[in-house]
Amino acid sequence: MAGFVQQLVEGLGAGAIYASLALALVLIYQFTGIVNFAQGELAMFSTFIAWQFTHAGLPFWLALILTLAISFGGGMLIERVLIRPVEGAPELTLVIVTLGLFILVNAAAGWIWSFLIKDFPNPFPSGAFKAGGVSLGHSTLGVLGVVAAVMGLLYLLFRYTKIGLAMRAVAANPGSARLVGIRTSGVLALGWGLAALVGAVSGVLVAPVLFLEPNMMGGVLVYAFAAATLGGFDSPAGAVLGGLIVGVAETLAGAYVGTIGSDLKIGVPLAIILGVLLVRPQGLFGRAAVERA
Amino acid sequence: MSDESLRFRRFPRFPARLPVGGHVGRWRWAVAVLLVLPAVAAPFQLAPFRVFQLTMVLVYTVALLGLNLLVGHAGQISLGHGGFFALGSYTAAIMLDRWDVPYLLTLPAAMAVTFVLGFALGVPALRLRGLYLALVTMTIAIFLVPLLKRFSSLTGGSMGLTLSRPSPPAWTSLAEDQWLYLVVLAVTAALSLAVVWLLRSRVGRALHAVRDNEAAAEVMGVRLARYKTLTFAWSAMLAGAAGAMNTWVIAFVSPDSFTANLSIILLAGIVVGGLGSLAGPLLGGVFVLYVPTLSQGVNDAAPGVVFGLLIILVMYAAPTGLAGLAGRAGRVIEQVRRKK
Amino acid sequence: MHTKTIRLTSVTAALAALLAASACGGRGDGSGPTVAQGECKGQQATGIAEKSVKLGGIYPLSGPASAYGDIPKGIKAYFDYVNAEKGGVNGRKIEFIVRDDGYQPPKSVEEARRLVEQEQVFALFQTLGTPTSSAVMEYANKKKVPQVFVSSGASKWGSDPVAHPWTIGWQPSYLSEGRVYGQYLKTEKPNAKVAVLYQNDDFGKDLREGFVKAIEGSGVKVVAEQTYEVTDPSIDPQMRNLANSRADVLLDITTPKFGTQALAADAKNTDWNPLHIINNVASSPTVLRPVGFGKVQDIVSAAFLKDPSDPQWADDTEMRLYREKLKKYAGGLDPQIPYHSLGWASGSAMEKALATLKCPTREGLMKAVRDLKDVRSDLLLPGVSMNTTAQDGFPIETLQLQRFKGERWNLFGQPVDTRKAFG
Repeated sequence: MAGFVQQLVEGLGAGAIYASLALALVLIYQFTGIVNFAQGELAMFSTFIAWQFTHAGLPFWLALILTLAISFGGGMLIERVLIRPVEGAPELTLVIVTLGLFILVNAAAGWIWSFLIKDFPNPFPSGAFKAGGVSLGHSTLGVLGVVAAVMGLLYLLFRYTKIGLAMRAVAANPGSARLVGIRTSGVLALGWGLAALVGAVSGVLVAPVLFLEPNMMGGVLVYAFAAATLGGFDSPAGAVLGGLIVGVAETLAGAYVGTIGSDLKIGVPLAIILGVLLVRPQGLFGRAAVERA
Repeated sequence: MSDESLRFRRFPRFPARLPVGGHVGRWRWAVAVLLVLPAVAAPFQLAPFRVFQLTMVLVYTVALLGLNLLVGHAGQISLGHGGFFALGSYTAAIMLDRWDVPYLLTLPAAMAVTFVLGFALGVPALRLRGLYLALVTMTIAIFLVPLLKRFSSLTGGSMGLTLSRPSPPAWTSLAEDQWLYLVVLAVTAALSLAVVWLLRSRVGRALHAVRDNEAAAEVMGVRLARYKTLTFAWSAMLAGAAGAMNTWVIAFVSPDSFTANLSIILLAGIVVGGLGSLAGPLLGGVFVLYVPTLSQGVNDAAPGVVFGLLIILVMYAAPTGLAGLAGRAGRVIEQVRRKK
Repeated sequence: MHTKTIRLTSVTAALAALLAASACGGRGDGSGPTVAQGECKGQQATGIAEKSVKLGGIYPLSGPASAYGDIPKGIKAYFDYVNAEKGGVNGRKIEFIVRDDGYQPPKSVEEARRLVEQEQVFALFQTLGTPTSSAVMEYANKKKVPQVFVSSGASKWGSDPVAHPWTIGWQPSYLSEGRVYGQYLKTEKPNAKVAVLYQNDDFGKDLREGFVKAIEGSGVKVVAEQTYEVTDPSIDPQMRNLANSRADVLLDITTPKFGTQALAADAKNTDWNPLHIINNVASSPTVLRPVGFGKVQDIVSAAFLKDPSDPQWADDTEMRLYREKLKKYAGGLDPQIPYHSLGWASGSAMEKALATLKCPTREGLMKAVRDLKDVRSDLLLPGVSMNTTAQDGFPIETLQLQRFKGERWNLFGQPVDTRKAFG
């Protein structure tokens, strides 16, 4: 039993990591209606920036704040420079632009920082709480806490601030939002900035566990996609829950289902997603589509 | 929130123009000759390496033809076509490796296998759309890699299967690369014509109606489910055909040849080439094959940086793909001609 | 309809232009195969002349495997040094053309054909990776072009010189490395229970198979096994499952990133302290450092090359030459990166092979690389050298066991010649 609970805990830890990136994916989808393939790579790049700061001798928290600020600015800049020129184009064109960005950023990171593996300071103390044969690592708890906090802050931002209201308006209906005097382009840029910021948080959380190198987020991105698909691309809470479910399912399957084994365990979240989507095509928490002809 | 927000953002938004029309004029024949002549003459003019490259362009063209049918004409997105491509490749490779069948037979076999699988997947795909379908197909393509490794007695596992290239019949006195090119060209031409014919039939009209406005199409009596599932199957079948030809040309398959990258590059290829247009798959094939090489020419240290940048730049210059760019050029010329 | 037609016309015109552009010269491009005269009469002398020799290499410079793209940089630096300071090999300056395949087998074939047919290289040195090199192997052998010193430890490069006379590997095979660990455990811990973590591809499976073969019939038993895919974000779940086995030994068959993760997971789990054997691919101190040297004490590995980040070689002549010349000919490169030194070492091996050419032909090169007698190339560990015969296509088959102490690897025992030990 303790073994099972332990696997559950570890699954939640892995899931929290997927959830953190899924949050960024969902954010950008909400504002722009596109899937940003480059989200994971941008997070990785942000983490390298943070690494560069700590490497230069800055204290961790200062480095983190600087990195978050740079990521936010960088995200807005990317929207301005890369996305704005193709704004009117079919959405698939935008998706392919983010794909180009994915390839570009990944190669650039390798070019700048090389492919040597770098250790990244862990903001959380090592060690673990132990009870009844189950140990809960401080860092696992920390990651879960940060993800919950980010989700809560996003909720507050959207719900109770003027800027959040404007963002919701643009997400709901860009045309009408513009008519009532909201500067939609500014809001879109803000969306990119916010997503990049949340991505940076995700990267910093992931790096102490997975170690920093240019391909760090590649594997995470797939699971984050799975999490967002499962939870529904228009629901931040759904993305987080989706991430946790995927993490737990994958861990338990790898541990207990003999015939699956660790090589095929990625099939388990896949099966869950297919199953859920066949019943609810819009994801667990997504809103159903109502077509207007 | 207005109920507009409840609508899914539908992925590709296209001009409501139908890309294929009737009326075969004098010009059209001239164009056809202009295209066919160099295509047939190429293997006798070019160095074997160039012929090989063109053969690969045609292989990718066939795969993109399938993807175009699905994404460009039916408005469904697949990020898993690399999976069907892999399935076609492996079907051909296993047949050649195990039973030593005549290689031409592997083409219909690969098409049959991928058609059936595409049809089976087309049924759940009915329920999903846009982004959800794209991501589900992507996970299936990713899952295929460990699956291929697992059944190693059949697939050769991670070592893959090494085959030998089909040799030309003696009476042709052609070199191997020339023969392969001509065979692949013939298959590509036949499949392209089949797709054109399909799009001109009522099926094509139904597909466009669905793509442009699903609800309206349904009201008009288009049988949505049937067309969507069939399109998925046809599209998978074309990717499978491309896969089989890939096996002939490369003579080697391994799980590493078919990572998620392939699916993503294929989708990028068709968007860059031009969705919903006739020339799109061919231009996309040219892009998929030549641009990585071009990137290394520009920056030896990090070709990826250039490749990524080139994708972005092409999308800037031609938001509706290279075929659209050609179309714009055509319209400009037309206007100039009219003024005269 | 006219717009439509014109659109098609312009597309066609563009394609025709493309064809025309690539058509320059027409079929039968180049001067055709160059044939040697004199005593090597009738052999292929393409790509080699009195004063020059042209080599082509294929590596992933882009895509997820681009870390390996550092290897050709080391090779280039070595050849630049040889050309500038030694006047080339036997008066022949080496020209080295590097192509990118992104680790995709179809692309490897394309680039191999470009190098052979377009660039007219003398030989393919090197192709990197098992699937990519496998895809090239058939072509190279049909075309009778040397594919020498393949950068991969699969055993297929050397095991069948009759079927693939034009292909030869370089580094010790994964299979024999696995055997070295098995042999070591049989004598050191004859009743060991072993947990195995391996990458689910040819590399992981070969190494594991070598190990399992070596321990057959002994008291050493494998009690748990886990695999991972290169696309997995983390191997922590696999490590937890292995820890449950309570094995005495962990055989860690991973590539660098996963090696670091496995070492960290092992260090974190204080309830399970197996003897950690890490395979050569992930044994560089650059892999260990992120975990913290203090946490990886007493792990065991096997090596055949000197590692540039290991302080024990700081005053080694070959290592000093490497650092000095790398700085001179490839200023921006970090000498610590093990791929740079691996490139340097294999470049040196190629130089040695070219130096022994009796016939300056492709046939001559294959003869030379299949007849290496105790040839040392730079940066090989003491006691390791290249040896081949017409039947034995594995140049390096000696491995040295080492244990990590303090901040460096300590070699222990005699170099293990896997040829002698396993036949």
